[in-house]
Amino acid sequence: MSDVMYAGEPALEAHGLGMRYRRGWALRDCTFRLPAGRVCGLVGPNGAGKTTLLNIAAHVLKPTQGSLSLFGEAPGSVESGRRTAFLAQEKPLFRRFTVAETLRLGRELNPGWDQRAAEDIVRAGNVPFHAKIGTLSGGQRTRVAVALAFGKRPDLLLLDEPMSDLDPVVRHELMGTLLAEAGERGTTVVMSTHVLAELENVCDFLVVVSGGGVRLAGDVDDLMTVHTLITGVREGEGLPAALGYHTLVEARTSGRQFTALVRPEGPVTGPWEVAAPSMEELLLAYLRSPDAPPLITPTAQVQGQASGTGTVAA
Amino acid sequence: MGEVVAVEYRIDRRSGVPAFQQIVQQTKQALRLGVLVPGDRLPTAKDVAEKSAVNPNTTLKAYRELEREGLVEPRPGQGTFVRRTLGRPETGTDSPLYGELVAWMSKAAAAGLEQEDVAALVASALEKQYATGTTAVTGATTTRSTGE
Repeated sequence: MSDVMYAGEPALEAHGLGMRYRRGWALRDCTFRLPAGRVCGLVGPNGAGKTTLLNIAAHVLKPTQGSLSLFGEAPGSVESGRRTAFLAQEKPLFRRFTVAETLRLGRELNPGWDQRAAEDIVRAGNVPFHAKIGTLSGGQRTRVAVALAFGKRPDLLLLDEPMSDLDPVVRHELMGTLLAEAGERGTTVVMSTHVLAELENVCDFLVVVSGGGVRLAGDVDDLMTVHTLITGVREGEGLPAALGYHTLVEARTSGRQFTALVRPEGPVTGPWEVAAPSMEELLLAYLRSPDAPPLITPTAQVQGQASGTGTVAA
Repeated sequence: MGEVVAVEYRIDRRSGVPAFQQIVQQTKQALRLGVLVPGDRLPTAKDVAEKSAVNPNTTLKAYRELEREGLVEPRPGQGTFVRRTLGRPETGTDSPLYGELVAWMSKAAAAGLEQEDVAALVASALEKQYATGTTAVTGATTTRSTGE
């Protein structure tokens, strides 16, 4: 396995990216950097701009504002087109083609095509090669679409809600295939989802978009270590004053107890129980608290990005 | 070379213990119990990814940690191999220390303590003796290695 993933080259960089539809802004002032080789979870509520962001990267949409680059090139360029594969949410395939014909199309259209990798993925699901796409189940169609994306041997794989119509067994199996392939080839993966539990142990990088902007971005390890979950007994209304020293992401109270997710600015001392949050707890806290100060860790910052917005002292 | 992969990692996504730590703990547990012996090859990051849907970087991070502790060594192009075992006479179930613990447990049971009470006592005594600031204790009950 290569150590490419620790090189600094960004696979994707967004600069003040914005997209306005007739009904309003879907994405606004979105700035972050995704280093090559990461498996990145793109998280956000419905309508947060995840699909818009992926569509801009896949050169399906043109941004209203700002810019996005893939390996330093614009999304429309020949180079980035060759290096990128996009699996759209609706898995567009020709319904009247057979599975074999679909793979053949992939072979004809892509110079670096890997027929064996594509066939292996189809075969693992026992999808018949002579079946017409239109006759396949949703899960089988997803599998063929995944095979098509993998066969292209991309350096960057963009997946929009890839696992939404798969049963848990197939989901686990395809996720395993995806991670094994991506790890071996150093492929950068961006996958959007709102099934948070799906991301744990899968992603090593997270980008949370909500309310049009980036709320949280960075390596999972960094993000996890700078947050702490504190549980304790309430003192009157609200949180103990001593906690005000830390950056508060979310606080909730129930009965006599409070739970707070904070970014500690120093040692957390008090009669409280202190624990590391799970990834799901961390993501939920940010998704529930649109007013929490955003956090873009240094690895996720575009060069020259104002470090004022939620930089972590490492 | 020993082509038998002796362990399979069981990653608990809900435990709150980071996956790489679970891999480190389970490897050490397997070394302690003799499930893994020097010369064994650990599963590749690709194997672990395929079986458990765990990011390969996570597995590599765990292996680097084990390598730093001198327990395993990477051999280029072949994989990661066990260098030494963690098994010691004192950690076996036939050691005097184990006997004392069993005796203490039955005393605790005779005093009417429930399993949770005992676990809590053990956890806080462990913490007092070996305090390193981690929550590995709660994870220990779920740490388990399977396979031949």
